[in-house]
Parts: sequence; C-alpha cells; structure tokens
Amino acid sequence: MTEKLTVATTSLAGCFGCHMSFLDMDERLLELMTIARFDRSPLTDIKHCSERVDIGLVEGGLCNAENVHTLREFRRHCNILVAVGACAINGGLPALRNHIPLEECLREAYLDGIGVEQPGIPNDPELPLLLDQVHPIHEVVVVDYFLPGCPPSADVFWKFLTDLAAGREPSLPSPMLHYD
Amino acid sequence: MSHPTFNLDGQDIPFSEGQTLMEAATAAGVYIPHLCHNPEFTPHGSCKLCTVKVNGRNCSACTFPASAGQQVLSNTRELNDTRRALTQMLFVEGNHLCPGCEKSGDCLLQATGYHLGMLNSRFPHFFPHRAVDASHPDILLDRDRCIFCELCVRASRDMDGKNVFGIAGRGIHNQLVVNSPTGLLKDSELTVTDKAAQVCPVGAILIKRHGFETPIGQRTFDRQDIGTEALAREQTAEGLTHD
Repeated sequence: MTEKLTVATTSLAGCFGCHMSFLDMDERLLELMTIARFDRSPLTDIKHCSERVDIGLVEGGLCNAENVHTLREFRRHCNILVAVGACAINGGLPALRNHIPLEECLREAYLDGIGVEQPGIPNDPELPLLLDQVHPIHEVVVVDYFLPGCPPSADVFWKFLTDLAAGREPSLPSPMLHYD
Repeated sequence: MSHPTFNLDGQDIPFSEGQTLMEAATAAGVYIPHLCHNPEFTPHGSCKLCTVKVNGRNCSACTFPASAGQQVLSNTRELNDTRRALTQMLFVEGNHLCPGCEKSGDCLLQATGYHLGMLNSRFPHFFPHRAVDASHPDILLDRDRCIFCELCVRASRDMDGKNVFGIAGRGIHNQLVVNSPTGLLKDSELTVTDKAAQVCPVGAILIKRHGFETPIGQRTFDRQDIGTEALAREQTAEGLTHD
C-alpha cells in the first residue's frame, strides 16, 4: 500500500464553519481515512506541521499578525495549499471592518460600545496585533487551489480530496460552485 | 423565409437587418456572457464581458451590428479567460461579499462568476469605502455592490422619465449618485414600482423587506446556469426568436 496523503488544516480569521462542513462528510470520513491522515489540525490538536505535508487546507482570512505567521508556516510545509471558503478567498465577513479605521473598531468594541463593562483595550503582549485590514490569503502566499463557499459543502471537500488522491486535476462541477 | 447569416463558433446564425450580434445570437439560442446589456434598453457596451472576435478583431457583441458572412468567435478559451479576469476585476473593485448579500443566488455578477468557473478573486482587493443609503422607506441603495452597468441610470431616464440616478467621478472614483436636493434616495422621486428600482442585476438597489422570500439554496442560479436562464428571459423580453 502506498503512503497515505497527509492533510493539515487551520482556521485563521474564520468561524470554523468550513471545518464543521468538512466533518459533514460523515461516514465518508472513514473512507477518507483509508487514503489520508491528518497532520497539524485543530481536529488533531497537533500544533505544527510535519516537515512535508501533502495538502494544507486554510480556512479564514488574515486579520492579525499570528494569522500571517501561521499561513507562512503552512506555505513552507505544504506541497499543495488550498484556500477554503469565502474568508480565505476574499476576506469574507470579517472584511466588513475594512472600511472602518482600526482605532474606531477597537473603541466601539472595548470602550464606547453598548454594554461594555470595565472599558479598556486589551494589550497583553501575548495577544497578536491586529492588521489594519482583513486580507484574503492569496495576497500573502501563493495558493494552489480555491474551494469557494460559505462554507464549501462536504461534497466539495470530498470531490476535491478524492480527485487529488486519485491523481486527477481537481475540478468542481458547476452545481458545487457557490460563493454563499 | 430565409435570413442572411454570420458564423458564430462554427454555427450559422441567422439575423435580420439592424440586429446586433448579441440579439441574433440570443434569438438563435446562443448565450454570450454579458452584464450591462439588457434587451429592454439601448445597448451600452461598457462591461466588455460580451467581447467577441469578429473577423479577428475584438468587438462588443451587444453593440456590434451583424452582417452577412462575419466570422465570429465567442466561446473560446482565450475570450472566456478574459471574461473571467474582467469579472474578477469587478469583484475586487467593489465589496462583493456573497455570504452576507440578500441578492445571493439571484445576482447576475455572481452567476457570471459561476458560469465562467471563477474560483477566486485573483487580484488584490480594493475594499473601497462606499456609502450605503438606507434613507428610502422601501428601497435600499448599497453602493458596495454597484458594478456601474448604468441599467438604473438608463431605466430612470428612459423608462421612468425621472433621472434619479447618475454616475459621478471618473475611473476608480466612480460612484452612483442620486438626483435629489440632499443626495439621499428618500428625497428623490424613486418609487418601488419604478423600473429603476427593479432592474439592478446585482444587490446594489434592493426592494426592502423582500430579500429572503426565497431561501438561499433555492434561488435562480442555485438551480440553473445563467446561460440557460438568460436566454429564456431575454428571448421572452424581446420576442427575439426567428420563425
């Protein structure tokens, strides 16, 4: 038997909805596990990629310095990098803040907003610094494939991964192509 | 009754004198991607999505007159790659966030992206700051989604006789403006029954309180490709089919 494909996943500025949708493959996950195994992923709680990973699935866009760091690590270790979902592809809903100055966002959330108690902008050194705007991941690293959708359906993940595993060029039939 | 013909991607397309390439192709059941063209209005020729090669030269199918013996290429890899790039440019120069848009599934820009197999936005996003005008009791104007097709401008001027909309500024500073003393929609003459309120191909001009009558997933382009849908709609609109 040939070596299993290794798959790493991460969620940057996303909502984990794409990961949930991945799990919606349900019993097909068992079949997938016969040809692939997880590497770094919130699903395995492995914190860093192995030296070489076959496929890296990235959910979410870039809203802070840690996102950029994580994305660059993924790109370094993953042979194939995949932007998964609207946020990774175009910033998605987090990018709605992009036309509001960052200072104004922080003021609304932590100082002046309705219901704020003990106002104060968090500035613990452990907290990653926010970027002034949310960016899609292709603006920072080279991305090999894109799976649109909010989230992409389980069928999309299944089609994509089984195409790759079988050595086919992945392609989504038009009923699977959605931006919403 | 026999018509003169031109050749479109290897197929002979009959046309009547005065018809554009787009009109003749639509009547013959051939879809040419387009956004600013709507058969109810004078062609505008601005989105360039319908660019075809006529005897080797690029022309807008919605404005170019058909003539006998033309060799026209439309559904080629090169032209579709260009169309996809134009669509991607439209996506990055506005704020087109489909998951949060109530037009999603009925949007012609989104459906054109699907038709052309657009998987990403390719270019850096501009994330422009464009004002929303929610002042009108029945109509929402969300400039983030405007693609400057000027269908609302044409509808208001040519059909409603009101001149409510216009495009101000140049190039990337273009914006859709409202003809009212305050610049707000509520102080304009626009009403919900106006053609200008109904014609927007994207989610820029929306009738309030109707956005989710059809659930996401069951909308027009969740069920069919824009090629099929546009032909059916536009052949009906103009009674374009040949005998």
